[in-house]
Amino acid sequence: MIEVKDIHKSFGDAHILKGISATFEKGKTSLVIGQSGSGKTVFLKCLLGLFSPEQGSIVYDGKIYADLSDDERRDLRAKMGMVFQGSALFDSMTIQENVMFPLRMFTKQSKSEMEDRADFVLKRVNLEGAHHKMPSEASGGMQKRVAIARAIVNNPMYLFCDEPNSGLDPKTAIVIDNLIQEITDEYNITTVINSHDMNSVMEIGEKIVFLKDGLKAWEGSKETIFKTDNEVVTDFVYSSNLFKKVRRMYLDENE
Amino acid sequence: MQYLHNIGAYFLMIAEMFRKPTKWSVMRTLILKDIDDLIIGSLGIVAFISFFVGGVVTIQTALNISNPLIPKYLVGFATRQSVILEFAPTFISIIMAGKVGSFITSSIGTMRVTEQIDALEVMGINSLNYLVFPKFIALMLYPFVISIAMFLGVLGGMTAAVYGGFGTLEDFVQGVQTDFIPFHIIYAFIKTFVFAFILATIPSFYGYYMKGGALEVGKASTTSFVWTSVVIILLNYILTQLLLS
Repeated sequence: MIEVKDIHKSFGDAHILKGISATFEKGKTSLVIGQSGSGKTVFLKCLLGLFSPEQGSIVYDGKIYADLSDDERRDLRAKMGMVFQGSALFDSMTIQENVMFPLRMFTKQSKSEMEDRADFVLKRVNLEGAHHKMPSEASGGMQKRVAIARAIVNNPMYLFCDEPNSGLDPKTAIVIDNLIQEITDEYNITTVINSHDMNSVMEIGEKIVFLKDGLKAWEGSKETIFKTDNEVVTDFVYSSNLFKKVRRMYLDENE
Repeated sequence: MQYLHNIGAYFLMIAEMFRKPTKWSVMRTLILKDIDDLIIGSLGIVAFISFFVGGVVTIQTALNISNPLIPKYLVGFATRQSVILEFAPTFISIIMAGKVGSFITSSIGTMRVTEQIDALEVMGINSLNYLVFPKFIALMLYPFVISIAMFLGVLGGMTAAVYGGFGTLEDFVQGVQTDFIPFHIIYAFIKTFVFAFILATIPSFYGYYMKGGALEVGKASTTSFVWTSVVIILLNYILTQLLLS
């Protein structure tokens, strides 16, 4: 479980996060949504320890990140998996080497053990037979799946995804969403996803945190987001006619 | 003020580069890859330039000696001194700032732009140690490149002198052997080690701390070349003053 308590983050005069608190539970897929510039990425980078908040704290299963020593932080980060918006695969390595990378860095497994594990997770993300391709030879959807495989290869306790669906066609986006959801359930990990893809919200948002102008404007789930009358949320989530209709139908059915 | 900030950040980067070392089995692979990219990959261009610039130094020296009282072997002497003291360590380092420096800045800069450095950091890896330290170790073999440049520079000079009709082989060899001071070789290699450190770290600094996209990677490579060259020229002056005066 990750508890975020009143975090603030500024860059120069720009106050990006203005006191955000949230709890992300184990075994659940949580989504952080909001418009571009609302502070989602900064928030996620604070969770990852890439940015240090000036105020507030982030607690990982009872351990306050700011109080950890360098070694303890390194150990904690080894338990994190991250899927970057652009996949961030190492372009000098093959797909298999990318997936094996965390194992090479943090375990003492033999080469064959690492290859077996890489085969297993690549199979898990439906990428058998792509081991020896370079990332540049893979499509956007394949790269995302490789990034997921790399993120889960070391059995992480926490999985973070920054807009995992950006640049993907709707069908592949759903495949990626379902994959993340299944992996979260299967390995019982704490998953936090940054997104502004409303399909993802409706599909896998077991918990949703809505950010606006560096503040938490709303918190709920994919069920409650249909019912909310919070104007800030409805303006954003139901900005398209399609989603307006979907919401109307949902409300009509449940009245 | 920005210059002072950059100088401070550069020294902090160097300190950080030696902290939290990467697992040796991984580091060994990275070092071997960087030796291949930075050292072996530079041998061709270094050999080509050294041979022909050595020849040009010889021809120009020979053409400028019109006084019959000046001995013919002076051409070989002047070529040796020019090549060993300045051409090989300094001139080749400036060329390497363009070749190797741009490669380092653009490869690290691209990793920054595509979030690969963030990926390393998230995994708990000291990205500076992972990316810069192997380049620093690989470039400790840079004196090997400079030795080849020295040898081929003198060989190019000798070839130009003999086959260009500017002197005899005996005169050139006598000139190369005249008043040889072994400390000059030590001086040249001290400079080479210092320049190797500069070649590994300044381009890495500009790549690692770059911000922006593909256009900025290009700009960072240019800036890195300019500052690497400036620092090499300044240190060349300081080291020459300290070691030879």
